[in-house]
Amino acid sequence: MDTTGHSTLAEWTAGDAEAIERAVAELRRELDAGYYAMVTEGEGQARQVTELPLDAELVILRRPIAGG
Amino acid sequence: MSGAAPLPETSAVHWRPRADARRLVTRGRTWTLTTVAHTVPFAGTAALLAALEPLSFPVGLALLAHAWAIPELYARRGANVVRPRPRAEEAPERVALGLLGDLVGHDARELHASTGLVPERGALGVWLVGEAGAVLVNPGGRRVFCWCVKVPEPGLPSGDRIAHLLLALRADEQGFATVANLAFSGAPWRLRRRMHPRARPALDAAVRLSRMSSRNS
Repeated sequence: MDTTGHSTLAEWTAGDAEAIERAVAELRRELDAGYYAMVTEGEGQARQVTELPLDAELVILRRPIAGG
Repeated sequence: MSGAAPLPETSAVHWRPRADARRLVTRGRTWTLTTVAHTVPFAGTAALLAALEPLSFPVGLALLAHAWAIPELYARRGANVVRPRPRAEEAPERVALGLLGDLVGHDARELHASTGLVPERGALGVWLVGEAGAVLVNPGGRRVFCWCVKVPEPGLPSGDRIAHLLLALRADEQGFATVANLAFSGAPWRLRRRMHPRARPALDAAVRLSRMSSRNS
């Protein structure tokens, strides 16, 4: 999620090793930049991940929150 | 909501005890006591002055105005956490709304479209998530907690701001309430009259939902 609304950083499928490698690298880069990776797990559920879950449909990167 | 791992942001407020239902009850009561402590001395002094010297009524009126204004200012502070913020450009707003819409159900989408707030049921109560804060209606719908919490990054569209907060809330509800700053706690009616008129139906819906959930549990 960014100033454009959101940007797709990587797409992968389970059998495509090259695409997975690109997605893993992209995720690592964003985590290093301070984003947190989230996987939604049905209504009202979300889990933070630190590695690419290959079976996840969508991994969303969010910025840290802070009290105002 | 998943309680698997604590929200990493809680490490930035390590001195705060982790929020839970019991602590929220205590904080709510403390807030009420503080309000009483702000109000009673002014009202009491006004009554005393009126009894001792009726001609001092202008001073008494000023004291009563203070007794009324202080709790109102707190309620206004609470309402400000869900006050609508300036919008980004139209295209990013539309894209962000699409993503937010994918994260929530039909009813929440509709409520967001009409009020700008996204309802979310949690273990601590029913939440209303806005762009720079959230309101928690406790089980039973008798008390609200207004939390000031945001993504400190300028330029994000409104939908994205809400989505960031919503994902953090879903990942760790107690951690979310720990990181956020409490801006107000009190009866829903006190908050409602200070809220933007557009947002009031969201609070009504959250209170209803909270009462229903309470009856069913």
